Amino acid sequence: MTVENTGVPAREELVLERIDRVRRARPRVREDRITMSHGAGGKATQTLIEAVFLEAFRNPLLETLEDAATVAIGGGRIAMTTDSYVVSPLFFPGGDIGDLAVNGTVNDLAVAGAEPLYLSAGFILEEGLPVADLMTIAASMQAAAQRAGVQVVTGDTKVVERGKADGCYVNTAGVGVFRHDRVLGVASARPGDVILVSGPVGDHGVTIMLARGGLDLEADVHSDTAALTGLVAGLLAAAPGLRAMRDATRGGVATILNEIAAAAGVGIVVTEDDIPVRTEVRGACELLGIDPMYVASEGRLVAVVSPEDADSALTALRSHPLGQDAAIIGTVKGGPPGTVTLRTAFGGTRIVDLLVGDPLPRIC
Amino acid sequence: MRFVDEFRDAEMARALAAKIVALCEPGREYKLMEVCGGHTHTIYRHGLEDYLPQQITLVHGPGCPVCVIPMGRVDDAMALASEPDVIMTSFGDMMRVPGSNGSFFDAKARGTDIRMVYSPLDSLKIARQYPDRRVVFMAIGFETTAPSTAMTLLRAAAERLTNFSVFCNHVTIIPAIKAILDSPDLRLDGFIGPGHVSTVIGCRPYEFIARDYGRPVVVAGFEPLDILQSIYMLMLQLAQGRATVENQYSRVVSWEGNGVALRAIAQSMELRPYFEWRGLGFISQSALRVREEYAAFDAERLFAVPGVRVADPKACQCGEVLKGVLKPWECKVFGTACTPETPIGTCMVSPEGACAAYYNYGRFARQRPAVVSEP
Repeated sequence: MTVENTGVPAREELVLERIDRVRRARPRVREDRITMSHGAGGKATQTLIEAVFLEAFRNPLLETLEDAATVAIGGGRIAMTTDSYVVSPLFFPGGDIGDLAVNGTVNDLAVAGAEPLYLSAGFILEEGLPVADLMTIAASMQAAAQRAGVQVVTGDTKVVERGKADGCYVNTAGVGVFRHDRVLGVASARPGDVILVSGPVGDHGVTIMLARGGLDLEADVHSDTAALTGLVAGLLAAAPGLRAMRDATRGGVATILNEIAAAAGVGIVVTEDDIPVRTEVRGACELLGIDPMYVASEGRLVAVVSPEDADSALTALRSHPLGQDAAIIGTVKGGPPGTVTLRTAFGGTRIVDLLVGDPLPRIC
Repeated sequence: MRFVDEFRDAEMARALAAKIVALCEPGREYKLMEVCGGHTHTIYRHGLEDYLPQQITLVHGPGCPVCVIPMGRVDDAMALASEPDVIMTSFGDMMRVPGSNGSFFDAKARGTDIRMVYSPLDSLKIARQYPDRRVVFMAIGFETTAPSTAMTLLRAAAERLTNFSVFCNHVTIIPAIKAILDSPDLRLDGFIGPGHVSTVIGCRPYEFIARDYGRPVVVAGFEPLDILQSIYMLMLQLAQGRATVENQYSRVVSWEGNGVALRAIAQSMELRPYFEWRGLGFISQSALRVREEYAAFDAERLFAVPGVRVADPKACQCGEVLKGVLKPWECKVFGTACTPETPIGTCMVSPEGACAAYYNYGRFARQRPAVVSEP
């Protein structure tokens, strides 16, 4: 008796093609009100951004939908980005909303390939917030800014009535400058390229879920919030074939991989066994029925590198304290375009799609 | 990770798969139903079908608690939730299930107080926290979750809470399996028995499947190797012409079930004369309601529940999918009008639903080994 491979029945393939056509259609927001899904970083968020904001503001700089926009000014190039932080609780193991707000915006600039320089900080404060808490938050922002080599140079404060906000929301915007003329972007990923991740994924998301206390679970986990500037500088220097970087925040590594596959029109294959996940994080995810690939990190990046530079990129990442557990997790394929597939640890294959929404809201 | 990785070992999977292939009779088609949605999820999440020869088809059964809830019950829950002072609580799975006027998520966005809980005991906590509000727990699920609802009812009674009630939608697995076995448009060779349900009810209740219908049953655990081994055990029975109930999940499931859990259910709940299942229609004695003695905690007695009956959307073929007559992708609206973002049918909502599992994990041209007869 012999075993050989055969394809799927023809009719199923037709159905899959039809679904692909539907998925390529222009997104439309069907809900008449905003739901929590629109903020979860998955398909609903993407649809909202494309159908509302991209429609309204359409321009070539925005259309790339990168973490930061690259703008040519006075003969040079700068990167500009903004991000708002509504994490609950405000203080959690490994950090607080303050360093999160600095690191998040710094990282959006850094992964664009720019050197982060200046930040703005906007605060929306709820009546009743202890001033001591605000001082702690400001102090940790300053400490994070110093570590990242940036300055907070302008800001804004608003106070709203009790119940109209949740303690403290922070918005930061940032500007960075390009010290080189390389152009990075997820759309430039091509077949044969290698996908790397700079360390264990999901630490931040799991920390926040547990810190909320609703789950009655305890584990020794800390947020991985950190500025990636140094790590990125090393990677840029070591790997001329670096195509793109993204920090794996909301939506996790799985969402980033989908964004790369969609933007470049390529397929991506990743190997579950190669994706670093801390045992505590994996355990918590198993208990909660969550896939760590979708859980946020705040100090990890995903990089796409040409095959010949894969090893030097990995060495560069591992030589930095934030990248000691960096790993090659997958490769870019010609197709199917826009699709991420996973070789499971069990030895099977499955799709890794964008999530619709996230039942556990507000993690950053 | 200990106690997890052992059950996901690719080496052992290859060995089992080879044994399964060896048991296939050339030219014979095998249809095995995994009754439980948890199994469906495991099968897709780990890509287990890659190990199975083309001749073996896994048919996804009705054991997904969310998938069998008819639209009318969702509308009823929505009506309850919009009563003054009510805080509606339910499991996360319920939040996206579409009623005639949107889902719990949509109602929440409109201002209805609906909260997600991880356990019915969390609803009790909310009730204690808000003594001037009426807290309703929308209970769903098979015998797996019924004991926790039962314990919550007992606890609420012991605490003499006056602002807590249960909107009971618990269903029982055996009548659903029987309905499928009696359905004329079906051909199944064997059943992968539900693991979690069986921790409560044991293995004995499945004996009629082997005895009266001549179909083998193997109660299975939830790790991929559990399921692969169960498929092997089913194939072995089929090859030997046997039909018995076997227990692969013996590390958790006992033959007689969990007496404490069963007594808690019996103490606080009783069988309804009949209950509507999505896609399967009315099945007699297939669901639980709160007993008279616990009437003070029964939302159906405390509130004027409209008792809405809504026909399933015409385009939706969840019923055929639940019975295993159609594969998810064979449904007319699968992946086009009905997607996880815009579910028409319940099978597309829960991660345990056959359609959602296939859409999220299995939507690609899978290469599978085929058994070819010897030259």
